[in-house]
Amino acid sequence: MTLMTYREAVRRAIRKAMQADERVFLMGEDVGRYGGCYAVSQGLLEEFGPERIRDTPLSESAFTGAGIGAALGGIRPIVELMTCNFSLLSLDQIMNNAATIRHMSGGQFTVPVVIRMATGGGRQLAAQHSHSLEGWYAHIPGIRVLAPATVEDAAGMLGPALEDPDPVLIFENALLYNDTDDVEDLVEVDIDHGAIRREGADISLITYGGSLGKTLSAADALAAQGISAEVLDLRVLRPLDEAAILATVAKTRRCVIIDEGWRSGSLAAEIMARIIEGAFWTLDAPLSRVCSEEVPVPYARHLEEAALPSTDKIVIAALAVLGR
Amino acid sequence: MGTFVMPSLGADMAAGTLVEWLKQPGDAVEQGDIIAVVETDKGAIEVEVFEKGHIGELLVEAGNVVPVGTPLARIDGSEMAGEQSSIRPAQPEIKTAAPRVAPARQLVFPRGTGQGPRASPAARKHAAELGIDLATVKGSGPDGAIQLVDVERAERMRPEAVSDPGPDLSAMRRAIAAAMSRSKREIPHYYLTHRFDLSATLGWLDHYNAERPPPGRLLLGALQLKAVAVALKEFSEFNGFYSKEGFAASPDVHLGTAVAIRGGGLAAPCIRHADTLTLSELMESLRGLVTRTRRGQFRSSEIADATATVSSLGDRGVESLLPVIYPPQVSIVGFGSVMQQPWAVEEGPVVCPVITASLAGDHRANDGHRGALLLRRIEQLLSEPDKL
Repeated sequence: MTLMTYREAVRRAIRKAMQADERVFLMGEDVGRYGGCYAVSQGLLEEFGPERIRDTPLSESAFTGAGIGAALGGIRPIVELMTCNFSLLSLDQIMNNAATIRHMSGGQFTVPVVIRMATGGGRQLAAQHSHSLEGWYAHIPGIRVLAPATVEDAAGMLGPALEDPDPVLIFENALLYNDTDDVEDLVEVDIDHGAIRREGADISLITYGGSLGKTLSAADALAAQGISAEVLDLRVLRPLDEAAILATVAKTRRCVIIDEGWRSGSLAAEIMARIIEGAFWTLDAPLSRVCSEEVPVPYARHLEEAALPSTDKIVIAALAVLGR
Repeated sequence: MGTFVMPSLGADMAAGTLVEWLKQPGDAVEQGDIIAVVETDKGAIEVEVFEKGHIGELLVEAGNVVPVGTPLARIDGSEMAGEQSSIRPAQPEIKTAAPRVAPARQLVFPRGTGQGPRASPAARKHAAELGIDLATVKGSGPDGAIQLVDVERAERMRPEAVSDPGPDLSAMRRAIAAAMSRSKREIPHYYLTHRFDLSATLGWLDHYNAERPPPGRLLLGALQLKAVAVALKEFSEFNGFYSKEGFAASPDVHLGTAVAIRGGGLAAPCIRHADTLTLSELMESLRGLVTRTRRGQFRSSEIADATATVSSLGDRGVESLLPVIYPPQVSIVGFGSVMQQPWAVEEGPVVCPVITASLAGDHRANDGHRGALLLRRIEQLLSEPDKL
């Protein structure tokens, strides 16, 4: 076991993958000399050299496309996009190429690319750097979408993601990079299932990524009021672990979904729909959710805090569902 | 001094009816005491007071409709300052930091527009399984909604559930023993049986049911009950009671129907005015009756005053039965199971569904000749089910 930050965990995962397979390389804006905009790739240029740690021009579309081409050509690129906000410039490559080529080639070609990006707000970086767009990507068939919320998942998801023959997008909530935890040195985790992070009987709190910590704090606050909340970390946003969702709701009969995305057309909305389809007769209360306010995430600290999900909002929503 | 006002018991409540005062001037009240009953469109709601003191004056008489916020009573010696609404605050208290947004608006769940009490899907499903009427269940969920736990509580509170789930089989066995012994001791039974072809009836039934969803379908049992009820109406000496004064025919047909209880025993609750019900009404009664009987929940109207009884063996019985009259009744009609049997028609032998109807009559009240006509009339009625 080694104590490490989330940032170090991602770096170790990249290093381990590059050591294990010489086809693996990292490319993105400032990943080399600068060490990555979130310092994830610090030191890797020195260790692996400029052939395998490649700084790219400021063109997300171009270098994401290059990554897709490299994957088609038989090597294993890890493409880093600074944040999901800028990933929209590469959306055409991801959606129209990466996600479709296996289908359109009748299975002749696969695109084993891994695309990592930061997501989420809470750092006073204003609207163009603070959004949570993973729900949009979770809409696209043909790709897998991961949201590591723990240091262990940050360390363990990259390996299996590189082994996946299809494109995998990894959303790292930027607020998590300094989280610290003990992790097994060679940890690998599955990238198919959600995980119950806390067992409970009265209400299910379903969340992922950067909202997991807030949700666990809310569960603590609820426990102080005698309410036993179960916390499901989705981990995989596409394909959703529907069985885990339905199982926890069937158990507690009540549910609040916490999603840093906007509520309209959100992942939270999709989860609610799945629950209604699959667990309607087990429900004991209307479903509820805590999402970001439907505004561009504000710069001012107090406004930003008011716009994003918070522990208080989760507690209030849970109490309302429970009629308390 | 405090004021007790008409509380808002929901975001959409504008006014409420003060149904009843549970406290009078001079009564001491504690925080949490229920002091009045208010009727809203959600039903009657008991309203708590959140002040301590004495009821000073009642400002509104029971029966009046007043807007939310109207002072209803003065509370003297109140320990709570100001004129406060006396109901529990809608917004939950949070022990952690104060929320930065006021969430109460968005957290009021919209009221359903459907009929009946608000109940969760889990509560509805469980109540349906247990045969519990949701209107009798008090809800503890958001806005008074009925939750699963409330149905479970209602189930525990049911009288028969306290001592024994389902009917008391030993008591039932004693009752059967007493009634049947008396019957065989006192009633001079005679028996008639009659076999007939049921093709037309079953054909009509298949056709009828094919067009309907399962809840609307009929069972042969409903047709049998209707045919017997209509026939009994015409053969009055088979429908009524025999007492010390002799036989008294009944102007109405209240038809007992024998229901076997799982685990042993049987009961014969009755369907009142069975001859006047439509087939679908009869079917509905029969379904409810069987469910409730097997759970031991008879309604008072169902356990008394059957004027005659039908005992049908259903699908899994045998060809025929010779039933025992349930005193003080004077007849009982039995139906065996429908059997595929060789049957002679003009063209020769055929195989068709055949049923054996039987009649046990009380020879003090009626005779075999009329009994035979009664069975033939039942056959005729069953052969024209569209007229039932």
